[in-house]
Amino acid sequence: MAPEPVLSGVLAVAQAGESLWPGLVAAVMVLALVVYVATGGADFGGGVWDLLASGPRKAAQRRAVARALAPVWEANHVWLIVVVVLLFVCFPTGFAALSTALHIPLTLMLIGIVLRGAAFVFRAYDPVNTDETRGPWRLVFAIASAVTPVMLGICLGALATDSLPLDPATGLVQTDFVSAWAAPFPLAVGLLTLVLCAFLAAVYLAAEAASAGKEALHEDFRRRALATGLVLAPVAFGTLALASREAPRLTESLIHGPLALPVHLLAAAAALGALLALWRRRWRLAQVLAIAQSSAVVAGFGLAQWPLLVGPDLSFPGTAAPDHVLRAVLGVLGLGAIPLVPAFWWLYAVFKGEAREREAGEAEAGPR
Amino acid sequence: MTDLLAARSQMAMSLAFHIVFACVGMAMPLLMVIAEGMWLKTRDPGWLELAKRWSKGTAILFAVGAVSGTVLSFELGLLWPHFMAAAGPVIGMPFSLEGFAFFLEAIFLGVYLYGWQRVPPLAHLLSGVGVLLSGVASGVFVVAANAWMNTPQGFRVAEDGTWTDLDPWVAMFNPAFPTQALHMVLAAFVSVGFAVAAIHALMLLRQPGHPFHRRGLAVALAVGGITAFLQPISGDLSAKHLAEHQPVKLAAAEAHWETEAGAPLRLGGWPDEEAEETHYSLEIPYALSILAFSDPDAVVKGLKEVPPEDRPPVAITHVAFQIMVGCGVAMMGVALLAAFLTWRRKALPQDPRFLKLLVASGPLGFIALEAGWVVTEVGRQPWVVRGYLRTADAVTPMPGLVVPFLVFSLLYIVLAVTVFVLLRRHVFAVPPHRPPLSSGEAGLGT
Repeated sequence: MAPEPVLSGVLAVAQAGESLWPGLVAAVMVLALVVYVATGGADFGGGVWDLLASGPRKAAQRRAVARALAPVWEANHVWLIVVVVLLFVCFPTGFAALSTALHIPLTLMLIGIVLRGAAFVFRAYDPVNTDETRGPWRLVFAIASAVTPVMLGICLGALATDSLPLDPATGLVQTDFVSAWAAPFPLAVGLLTLVLCAFLAAVYLAAEAASAGKEALHEDFRRRALATGLVLAPVAFGTLALASREAPRLTESLIHGPLALPVHLLAAAAALGALLALWRRRWRLAQVLAIAQSSAVVAGFGLAQWPLLVGPDLSFPGTAAPDHVLRAVLGVLGLGAIPLVPAFWWLYAVFKGEAREREAGEAEAGPR
Repeated sequence: MTDLLAARSQMAMSLAFHIVFACVGMAMPLLMVIAEGMWLKTRDPGWLELAKRWSKGTAILFAVGAVSGTVLSFELGLLWPHFMAAAGPVIGMPFSLEGFAFFLEAIFLGVYLYGWQRVPPLAHLLSGVGVLLSGVASGVFVVAANAWMNTPQGFRVAEDGTWTDLDPWVAMFNPAFPTQALHMVLAAFVSVGFAVAAIHALMLLRQPGHPFHRRGLAVALAVGGITAFLQPISGDLSAKHLAEHQPVKLAAAEAHWETEAGAPLRLGGWPDEEAEETHYSLEIPYALSILAFSDPDAVVKGLKEVPPEDRPPVAITHVAFQIMVGCGVAMMGVALLAAFLTWRRKALPQDPRFLKLLVASGPLGFIALEAGWVVTEVGRQPWVVRGYLRTADAVTPMPGLVVPFLVFSLLYIVLAVTVFVLLRRHVFAVPPHRPPLSSGEAGLGT
C-alpha cells in the first residue's frame, strides 16, 4: 500500500473508511512515549548532569541527581516496556521489521539501559564505598545515561527516513543493517533526544533544589537549564533542515499536516515560556512548560510519522493485528490503568511532593 | 558458531541470567513482609533491621532483574522476528498484563525501598504486599506466554500459511499454563528461601547465636521448606500434564524410547541418540506409567513416535531433568529434617552439622530452577512454537550474531560478579552484636 504522505491523525483514517483501532493503539503508544520522555527521559538527562557535574558543588549536584532518580527510575522505565509490548502485540510484522533492520542501535540502547540501571544501584547500595559521587560505577552510570537516549532517538529517526522498503519477492524488510540509521538525520534526532532529556532533567533538578531550599544548587541547575534550552533551538532547526533532505515525507507532514501548526505553536510557545519561567525562577511553571514542550515534540513526531511505522511500505494499519485483538488489548489497557494511574500518582506524591522536598532539604543541611 | 546457535545461546544465556533475579523479585518481598509484619506486631527493632537489610540486597537484585528483563522483551524481536511476527498478537494478552503487573511492582518497590519515613507504617507494609502480589502476577503472566509456546492454541493456520482466527484469551489459558505457573512460582520461593537460609546459616556458623541471623534463618527456612515440600506435588501435576499434552518432552526427560505399557522409570543413565537407547540407567519397573497416568499398565509414548528431526536433544533434556528432580528431592529431605528437628527441640536447631547442611543446600534451589528451564526449553526443540514454527525458521537474518552473544555474555558476567561482591559486603555489614537501631538507617543508600 502507498499511504498518502499528508494524511495525519486518526481522523484521516476514519474518513478513509479504515478501522479506528490501529490509530487508537498508536495514539496510546505515542502517549506512553510522551510520558516516557517526560519521566524516564529526564532520568537519563539526570545522568548527563552527573557526567557534566562541575564547579564547587560538583558532589552536591551528583547527590541531587541520585536522590531525584532513586525512588522513581524503575517505574519510569516501564513506560518504554509498555511501548515495546504494544508494538509487538498490536503491530507484529512492523515490530519484526524494525527490530531486524535496527538490530545494532537497539542492541546498543539495551546495553545502555542495562549499564545505566545496574550501575545506578551498584553505586547507591555499596556498604563499603558509601560515597555515591565517586567510583567507577558512577562514571558507567553517567556515560550509559548519555548514550541510551541518543540510541533511542537514532532508532526513531531511522523509522522516519523511509529507507527500509520491503522486498517484494520475500515480503521481508530490505536492509544492510547499517545505512538506514547511520545517517545524518537519525543521528541528529539522537542528539535532539539527548538535549531534550538533559533540558528536562536540568529544569526538574532546579525545581527540586529550589523546593528543598538549596539556593546555590538551584542556580547551578537553572544555568544549565537555560543553556540547554538555548542549545535546543539550533539542534531542533538543524534536525528539521536535515529532515527536508533525508525524510521528505516527514517534513511534508510536519509542515502541511492538519495538526502541524497547532503542535508547532504549542512547542514554540512552551519552549519560550519555559525559558522565561526559568529566568524568573518560577520553578513549577518551568517544569510544566518544559513537559509541554517535550510532549509537543514527541507527539508532533508521532503525528507526522502516522500512518507509517517502518517506511516506506509498512504502516501501522497495514501491520496491525486483527481488530478484535486490538480491542481486547485496549480493554486490558483500560482496566490496567485503574490501579496503575493512582499508584503512579501516589509514587510521585510521596517522593516529589512539596513536603518531601523540605524534609529532604533539612536532612541534607545536616552533616553528611 | 552458526548464527542460529549464537541466537539460541544468547537467548538461553539471557533467560538463565534474568530468571535468577526475577525469582528474587517474586520471593524476597514475602520474606521482607514477614519480617516487617513481625516488627509491627512485636515492636522488636531486630525485625525491622532484618526487613531493612533484606530490602537493600533486594534493591540491587531487583534492578538487575528489571534491566535484564527489558533486554529479553527486545530480544524476542532482535533474535526471533519471524516468531514475534506470527505469535505477537496471539500471546499479546499475557504480555500486556505482565506489563501492568511489572509496572505496579516497580511503583510499590520504589515506595517500599525509599518510603520508610515517608508513608505510615501500615501503608509501607501494604506496599510490600503490593510488590509481592504484582511480582508473582508478573511471573505468572510471563509463564503463560511461555506455556503457550509449549501447548499452542487459540489460532488456526490458513491455507496460505498465515495464522487466522486468533483468540488471545484461549491462547493465554492454554493447557500448560496452570501446572507451569504453579511450578515456577513455587520454584522461586524454594530457591530464594534456601539461598537466603544458607547465607544466614553460614553467618551463624561464624557467630553462633547471633539474633539477626537466627531470625533471618527462621523466616527463610520456613518459606523455602514449606514450598520445597509442596514442589514435588506440583512436579507430579506437571508430569501428568506432559504425559497428556507434551509426550515428546516427557519421553526426552525420561530418556524413554519405546512406546510401551508398564513403562519403567529410569534413574541416571546416558541416552544414546544414535542407537536410540539409554545405557547404564537404574530402571524402576512400572514407575513411569504410574507417575504419568497413575496406572501401572498405562501406555507411555516413546521418542520413536516422532522422526529424529522432530526430537529434542535427548541427553541434555534427560540430564537436566535428573538434576532438577535430584535437587528437589534433596531439598524436600532437608525441609523434612528441619521440621522434625524443630518439632523435637521446640526451637530452630542451631547444631553446626545442621547449619552446614543448610549451607550446602543453598545453591540447590537455583540449580534446580536452571535445570528445570533447560528441560522445558530444550525439551521443546526443535520447535519455538511446538508443532507450528521451528526455531531455525524464526531466527533473524542479521549476520554476525556471535558478536552480540559475546558482548551480552561479558556484560552479564561483569554484572554477576559485581552483584556477588556487593551482596557479600551487605552480609558482612551486619554488626557482630545487635546494635541499637540508628535513626539515620533509612537514609542509607539514598
